[in-house]
Amino acid sequence: MKLIVAIIRPDKLSDVLEELYRAEVRGLTVSPVQGHGGELEKVETYRGMTVKMELQEKVRLEIGVSEAFVERTVKAILDAAQTGEVGDGKVFVLSVGNVCRIRTGEVDEEAVTPMSEGAAV
Amino acid sequence: MALPVPMLLAVQEMPMEISGADTAWLLVSTALVLLMTPALGFFYGGLVRSKNILNTLMMSFASLGVVGVAWALLGYSLAFAPGSAWIGGMDYALLAGVGLGGAPAASTVPHVLFMAFQGTFAIITAALISGAVVERMRFGPYLVFIGLWCLFVYAPIAHWVWGGGWLGSLGALDFAGGTVVHVNAGIAAVVAALVVGARQDYGRRALLPHNVTYALLGAGLLWFGWFGFNGGSALGANETAALAFVNTMLAPAATLVMWMILDSLRDRKITAVGAATGIVVGLVAVTPAAGFIGPVAAIVLGALAALPSYFIILYRSRTRLDDSLDVFAAHGVGGAAGAVLTGVLAAEVWGGVAGPMDGNTGLILTQIVAILGAAAYSAVATLVLLKVLGVFMPLRRTVAEEGVGLDVVLHGEEGYAKGEGAVLVRP
Repeated sequence: MKLIVAIIRPDKLSDVLEELYRAEVRGLTVSPVQGHGGELEKVETYRGMTVKMELQEKVRLEIGVSEAFVERTVKAILDAAQTGEVGDGKVFVLSVGNVCRIRTGEVDEEAVTPMSEGAAV
Repeated sequence: MALPVPMLLAVQEMPMEISGADTAWLLVSTALVLLMTPALGFFYGGLVRSKNILNTLMMSFASLGVVGVAWALLGYSLAFAPGSAWIGGMDYALLAGVGLGGAPAASTVPHVLFMAFQGTFAIITAALISGAVVERMRFGPYLVFIGLWCLFVYAPIAHWVWGGGWLGSLGALDFAGGTVVHVNAGIAAVVAALVVGARQDYGRRALLPHNVTYALLGAGLLWFGWFGFNGGSALGANETAALAFVNTMLAPAATLVMWMILDSLRDRKITAVGAATGIVVGLVAVTPAAGFIGPVAAIVLGALAALPSYFIILYRSRTRLDDSLDVFAAHGVGGAAGAVLTGVLAAEVWGGVAGPMDGNTGLILTQIVAILGAAAYSAVATLVLLKVLGVFMPLRRTVAEEGVGLDVVLHGEEGYAKGEGAVLVRP
């Protein structure tokens, strides 16, 4: 099992979520973050005060998946989040020591395997 | 009055003095109506996504500048100077002859104040259209558009109804601008939405209001300003102003109640966005009627006017027409419903103009002619204006820029900048 961490553009979030849904990837965490990926700074002006916005608004996705899902998850994010401009973001695939699903106490692979459709509430 | 006829004529021919009371009320009313345009900006701004809040606000605020100047330089003359049945002349261009004496249309208030009062109407009418093109239109072309629209679409229609044009001569009733302002802006909005095109994400993503509290704040301030819009349209501090004022309180109240009933019947939940919308629809609907109908009739009018707008808003969002903030449903349909109901409910005992209940059954037909005439001209003239503009400059931003949001792309600012990681650039 792996933890997939992706940093993407906020305006691409809807596309990525849609693509992940199509790839049947379920269960993820989304947080707004700020970061810098080497893109040109935005320049803004407020009453004559010019500022460079070094940090850009980004969105971080964290998705715990079983081995079988790693490839299609990464592909879904790449397909949906790419614009070709600097600042599209990164996808990190990390190995995970242990996982435990709090509701059932299942561990590791079972904990990151999506519930069958019938079990969903 | 029982004056002998010759003396009555003498009274009419005597030049009227400027009235302190009338002038005071119109001064206040002008400020109230001016406030409606920023209020509209917040009403619209709350309903768009946060990345477009500044652009949406600026579309209203910019009208204060562009249309305000265009109106003074030329628009007022085209609307109110003596001319033909179709358009006013150039007598008042660059405010020539617009002085401190009584206005020709309202002899007890200074002419220059009457011009300013009417200017605030032109400003908000142009700003109303922005609700149909938010979140994708470029700002430069928008500014050119509202400036020219004020001169070539708003001014002629204002002349038709209020400036001595053909609709006024026909006997069409439009107390404060149901046809001139709201039908006109509502139709122009549909045309603008079609010509500029739908937002990239329209129909594909949920495009949610980012701050419903702003929408309610805007609706509340619009209601406050509308007392000047309708009450001031009596052009004096008199009984008609009182009637228009009270009707402006009662009709939207009834619309709001009806809107909440419709909401709860549909979904068992009364929505805040719905309440804000209902208030605006009620204000729009009472606009043409305010000084012509009684207060109980205003309650009836407000309640009835909720129905068409409510269902057209539900229907519109299922179509490909991205009239993003439902300018047509709220203003076009609400204005037309109000204008027709004015023709039904006008009462001589209240407004001095005979309605169907006084035997003047032809009034309803006259009202419909006025609505159709204004709508037809507004549609054609707005279409021509936008198509010509589109030849000289692209009307909208690219898909990628729409994704980033117009605040950063067009204005170089953010509505909710956090400032973290911002580096000061030394000049």
